[in-house]
This record gives sequence, C-alpha cells and structure tokens, in this order.
Amino acid sequence: MVEKAAEPQLHPLRRRALAFARALTTPLPADDYLALLDPRWSAREQTGTVVRKQPETADAATIVIRPTFSWSGHQPGQYVRLGVEIDGIRQWRAYTITADPEHPEDFVSVTVKRTEGGKLSPYFVDEMPVGATVFLGEVEGQFTLPDPLPEKLLMISAGSGVTPIWSQLRELERRGFDGDIFHIHGARTPEEMIFGEHLRAMRERCSAYTLHEHHSKEKGRVGAAHLDEIVPDWREREAFLSGPRDMIDEMEKHWEAEADADAEALHTERFQPTIGEGGEDVGGGTVGFRVTECSAECEPGVSILVGGERAGAVLPFGCRMGICHTCVGRLRVGRVRDLRTGEIEGEEGEMVRTCVTAPDGDVEIDL
Amino acid sequence: MAATTSTNPLHRLTPEQIEEIGKAFQEIHDDVYSDLGDRDATYIRSIIEFHRRLGALSRIMLMASRYPPALVLGTIGLSMAKIVENMEIGHNVLHGQWDWMNDPSIHSSTWDWDTASPAAAWKHSHNYVHHTYTNIVGKDKDVGYEIMRIDPRQKWYPFYLAQPFYNLLLMAFFEWGVASHDLDFEAIRSGKKSKQQLRDELKAMGVKARRQIIKDYIAFPALSGRKGFKRTLKANFTANIVRNLWSHAIIFCGHFPDQAYTFTEEDAKDETRGGWYVRQLLGAANIEGSPTFHFMSGNLSYQVEHHLFPDLPSSRYGEIAPRVKAICEKYELPYNTGPFLQQWLMVQRSIVRLAFPGGKERPKADPYRTEHEPSSNGSSNGHVAHTGPVPAFP
Repeated sequence: MVEKAAEPQLHPLRRRALAFARALTTPLPADDYLALLDPRWSAREQTGTVVRKQPETADAATIVIRPTFSWSGHQPGQYVRLGVEIDGIRQWRAYTITADPEHPEDFVSVTVKRTEGGKLSPYFVDEMPVGATVFLGEVEGQFTLPDPLPEKLLMISAGSGVTPIWSQLRELERRGFDGDIFHIHGARTPEEMIFGEHLRAMRERCSAYTLHEHHSKEKGRVGAAHLDEIVPDWREREAFLSGPRDMIDEMEKHWEAEADADAEALHTERFQPTIGEGGEDVGGGTVGFRVTECSAECEPGVSILVGGERAGAVLPFGCRMGICHTCVGRLRVGRVRDLRTGEIEGEEGEMVRTCVTAPDGDVEIDL
Repeated sequence: MAATTSTNPLHRLTPEQIEEIGKAFQEIHDDVYSDLGDRDATYIRSIIEFHRRLGALSRIMLMASRYPPALVLGTIGLSMAKIVENMEIGHNVLHGQWDWMNDPSIHSSTWDWDTASPAAAWKHSHNYVHHTYTNIVGKDKDVGYEIMRIDPRQKWYPFYLAQPFYNLLLMAFFEWGVASHDLDFEAIRSGKKSKQQLRDELKAMGVKARRQIIKDYIAFPALSGRKGFKRTLKANFTANIVRNLWSHAIIFCGHFPDQAYTFTEEDAKDETRGGWYVRQLLGAANIEGSPTFHFMSGNLSYQVEHHLFPDLPSSRYGEIAPRVKAICEKYELPYNTGPFLQQWLMVQRSIVRLAFPGGKERPKADPYRTEHEPSSNGSSNGHVAHTGPVPAFP
C-alpha cells in the first residue's frame, strides 16, 4: 500500500454529511469535488501550509506549518512523517516536532539540517517556498519524558539530534522543573549549533539547566570516554541520548558495561539520514522480485529496496527508514538482515521491510 | 509445434534478434521512466480535474433536465465525462501508470472507477491475465471474451451463430459484460476458483452495482424534481450507453482487427522478455486519429505502445511511437495500425464471418517502412526528444 498522511479529525456532522454525499459522488469521495473549490476542503489527508521558514544555522532551518485540520497533538520528543512532492513524486521523511505542544496558533514545526547529498533535507532547507503544501503523517515516537519526572537528568545530543532534546527542555522549563538537568551537546563549532542561542539563553535564565558545549572541531567527537570528566555523576542520572547512530551505539554499550542503572533509565533516539545506500558491512546477495520479475545484486549494506531500484524495479516505498511499513513484501526464499542492527529479521513467509533490510545470500520476495 | 505455414514474424526471428529487440524496447521504457516528473503529474491532475468539473457541471445541468437545452447539453457532457473517466483516467490509473507519483489518491491500489467492474476483479482479469497472455488462444480470455469466436483457431460451436446479435447487446451493455467477464467463468466451471472467492467477488460486484444504480437511476434523477426525474434517468442511461458503445468500439479495435496476430501456447513456451515484447507488438493494433481522438480513447488508440509498456503513462505513448516504429523497420516487423472506421468494420466482419464454421487467417500488414509515413519527423534514428509540454486538453 502506498503511504498516506494522517486522517484528519472531522466533526461528526461533517463526517456524516460527506458519507451521505457519497451516494452522488461514488466511486470518488465527496472530498474530491469539494477540492475543486478549494484543495484544502478535501479531508482525504491531513495537510499543512508552510507559513514561514526560520534559519537556525547556516545549514538548518525551522519549517513552520499551519495544519489544515486541527492538530492531533504531540508530546515533546516525538516525530512526524512529512511528505512533499518533488518533481511529481511524493517523498516522505520523519522529523522531530520542534514546536511546543498546544501552540497558541496551532502551528507545528520541524527543524531540518541539510545533509549533503540528501534528497529531501536540501529541499526543505533551501528550496521549499513559504505557502507550499506538505502532507502530515501520524505523530510517532517513544523518546518522550517519563512520568513522573526523575530528579536528575542527563541529556546528550549531537548535530541535529538536539531537536527532540530541545523540545523536552522547553517542556521541562514550562513545567517549572526544579531538579537538575545536565546537557552535553556536540556540534562542530559554536556557530553550527542548532538552537545554540536559545539554549545559551535558557542556561542564563534557568537555574536547573546546565549546558556543556562540546565543539568537535577542536576536541573531536563527543564520546563515552568524555563522560567521567564532563559529568562525573552520570551513572546516577536518567539519560536521554539523541544523535548519530554510531555515537548512540557506543554510548549504549558504555552504559551497559559501566552503569548499574537499569535499562529504563536510558532513553535513546538514533538519527540516521540514509539507510541502505551501501557502506555498512551487513548482508549482501541477490534478490529476486517475483512480481516485478526483476533480479537485483545487492552489495553489503545495500537495502533490498535500493538494490531493486538500482536494477530498475519500481517498488513501493515510504519513509525509507523502517517506520511506515509501506515497502513491505513477503519473503519467500532466504534470509534478510536488518541494516540497523545487523540481526537476522523475518523468516520465510513473513513480511519484511525492504528499506531497512539487506539480503543475506540469495533471497526471493513477493514484490 | 509452431505452425510451419504461419506468416507470423515471430517464427522467423532468431533468438539473438529477439533478444536485441527486447533490449531496444526495454531502453525506450527505461528512458521514459527516468524522465517522468512534474509535467506528467501536472498532466494527469489536470485531466482528473477536467473530468470532475465536466461531470459536476453536467450533473448540475441535468437537474434542470425538464428544459430541453439543459437535457441535451447535460447528456453530452456526462457521456464525455464518463468516457474520459473510464478511458484516459480509470483504465490507466488501474494499470499503475501513475503509481510512480506515490500519491495515494491517484494510485492503482486505491482507485475505483465509474463503471460496473469492481477495480480489484478487473485488475486481475485485465492487468494480469490479458496483459500477460495477450492473444494466446486458449489462455488470453480476452480473445473473444469467452463468448465470441473472433479467431479462426477458436473451435466453433453452434451458439456462435448468435454472436452477431449478442455482440449488439454487448456493445450497449459493455460495462456489465466486462464485470461478468472478470468473474472468469472457466475458472468457476473447472473449480479453480473457490466458492468463497466467488462469493466475495459476487458480493463486491453487488455492492458496486448497487452504488452505481442508486447514483445514476435514483439519487440524481430525484434531485431533478418530480418533472425532471424520468428525463434525468433517461439522460444518465443514455450517457452510460454512449460510454459503453465507445469503449466497446475502441477495445475491440485493439486486438481483433485483421492485422493483429494471435498465438498458440507453443509460441509462448519458454518465452523470453524479448519474445514477450514481440508478441505484444504483433498482437495489438493502433487506431489512427487526431490528438482529441487519442485522448478520448484513453490513448488505447496507441494499443501497440500500451501493450509494450502497460505501466508507462498513456500521455507518453504518442511520443514514443516513432521509436517503436524505428524498431519495427529495423527488424522488418509490422506496425499494426489503421483508420478507426476501417479497423472497426474489419472487427464486425470477423464477428459475422466467424459465427459460422471455418474461416481463414486474414491478410496481415507488411513490415513497417518509413516512406509509408510521410508525416514522420524525419529523424534518422527514430529518437525524438521526449521533453516539452504535454499538449493541453481540450
């Protein structure tokens, strides 16, 4: 199935009127005719209009969106799938929601950092005009503040991984949190730090919040080895880690080895700009697409989806990061590995996500 | 054994030639596919919008059907709208020609069309059975639709004597014919289709039919008031008949004119991709006409291009036709085509002739040559730039 935006929440009367009108408009929904008058009158999908773009750093911007239908709400730290049409093709990416929940104007925002060679992030940061339409998917994500709040928190972020941490810090400030937050943020230089000024201002006005900036251009990337020096009591804090996959993997191992704290005290969010383009040493083999009647050779690290596309097959896809399940196909022969964990995923006869799995030897799939 | 007396060009091509042809066609496909983008998306969206505006306007006009000008204009408009919806939009969206846009509201998995066939059943019988086994007598159930003898190789039974008459019925009620054809009577008879599946399909057909009938014969007539009820009902009935006559004519001209070849199961045994392309090329026939004619036929007048590349957007068929012809010329293959009336009369003649036993293969077209086409743009390699704006309609 092709990926769709979220279903708008409609007034029950409107819903009933639309169902009734369908007697006249079948096989199309009545929305399709309302859209002739104004495209925003169609309630097929939740859409939004870009109302402004705020530059955050030289290569990151906050996209402020007014949802067409009332916003379903979100918790700080969650993300939303965002769809845009580029050259006639709708593409999806997931981004952390950086707007406050219950924004007074009902606005929603995401903060996007341009990834070199990426497809969507340069579009969002540089090209997308104010007034453009975006498709808003479901709000998802488990990287949220626990209830009740712990007394001592440790937040570690790097690069655009700061976005969910930013949302959480704002929430903590709004709630008047009077415990102790220690935040380590890794950025290349002070200027390249997304929300740098806001966070520095927060440090000035908020006694509970300590910000430690780690500038990787001088000191190298922030890693587990720095923890004892920067925040000696890290083992006693409930931790929120958000950043590139390898950083989080390293930290997680460190936690398991060093800290006595139980796993629930560690929350992680991995930021992965692209999956399946090759590079990782996971899997590799040939994929036979039974429906498309095409076969593809996948180098290690190349997902079934990317391999198939490179071989000319037209395959369903959505988020391309293992979230939305648009790209699933039934595995008929062979084994696949999850590119993110390297683990075997799915057995013969099961549905597997082609965007995050690579063949492990020869496989066949019903796609 | 392939028939040694056959004139079928498939039998004289060497395996190497067939492979080359396959590669050449695949190259056309890949070139177009990698070029799809904004202008194509704009095209299909503008056609969809055109259909909806025309349909809505005609329906509104028919609410005043007690006034004759409104009745006439409304009926014409609605007939046109239904034809555009079925042919250029419905058929092609259900083929997945626009799936590359990744737009859930213009996608083969979600689309349904304004005709009696439920989309799912039609996609199986048409996209899969017909487009895979095209013109293989005994496998492609669209060869005569299991009720007609349109190829001399089909065995004669006495009930075919009546086919000239029931063909007239089929013309008028084509959408219901297609819907029942999708059930696949042979699979039901032979027990290949489970009772449960048959029940589900009949149920889907019933639901679809009920909705269509309520819309055209109850709801819209009721909106025309007491005086207009009957007139609007008749207008809607007329529009459905006009659409049926038109789609029947176009579709029958796709494979049943004299030039189109049919095949035996032996011909398609161990078929390669190249062999499949050749069979599609030989088994289909185009209809010549103006851009408006092509549009109103859903570009099925480019039946050859459609059968070679059923997943390419229909708006591209006219652009790639010169490249297809160039391949025909190089390998001395025919490019089946003819004017609408000629093609249509050939089909009617076959239906009448083959109602009786016997019958011979009709003469086929000569290999394609450029000089047959004085209007060709003269590009020597047959490649045309496939960029530039899609002509607006109307």
